[in-house]
Amino acid sequence: MIPMIIVLTFSAFLCLYRIQQGPTIPDRAVGVDIMGIIFVNITALTAVFYNLPYLMDLSIIIALFSFIGTLGLAKYLEKRSLDD
Amino acid sequence: MISPIGWIIIWIGILFNLLGTIGLVRFPDIYNRLQTSTKCVTLGSFGLMIGIFLLFGFNQTGIKALICGAFLLLTNPVGAHAILKGSLHYGIKLWKGSVVDKYGEDKLGGEQIEIEERAKEGEEKAKDG
Repeated sequence: MIPMIIVLTFSAFLCLYRIQQGPTIPDRAVGVDIMGIIFVNITALTAVFYNLPYLMDLSIIIALFSFIGTLGLAKYLEKRSLDD
Repeated sequence: MISPIGWIIIWIGILFNLLGTIGLVRFPDIYNRLQTSTKCVTLGSFGLMIGIFLLFGFNQTGIKALICGAFLLLTNPVGAHAILKGSLHYGIKLWKGSVVDKYGEDKLGGEQIEIEERAKEGEEKAKDG
């Protein structure tokens, strides 16, 4: 269990480096998107290792909210209003 | 018998995730970063969910993992495409080594490619000389 979680956490820290360092705003948006997907994977692996099925529901919900947040950031970048 | 195959597929997915995020750090441009990170992370997440499904079978956890994998496979490219279009309209230029930009020619009135700095300096020297 431990090596898988360590590799995924290292991936999340690489995304965090891009969020802190990225020269433009879309770079940071990409970092947030990818870090959300990594968190979905970490939650699913935790559900497998501790044998807790409700954490799989939680991973689906995290994926949904990450997708909605990405679409909101993209609309903000395109300079459109959110109800357009 | 199915268990080692599931663990191997989970490890392949995790390594794809790691390679995608390394590409997110090392590539030079927003568009290159978007391409490498989204492709690799989508395939890695889908592989991890398929591995969990193979481990558990038609169970509560396995079916939910399959649903989560299908959802990621559908929504992650849509989000990447939305960010790409938004960043083009925001005014981010392509990397200076890019060759062609058809979307910029069509919609934005001209290619959106960075000009190389050495060429600029050379032009200035030519003007001065």
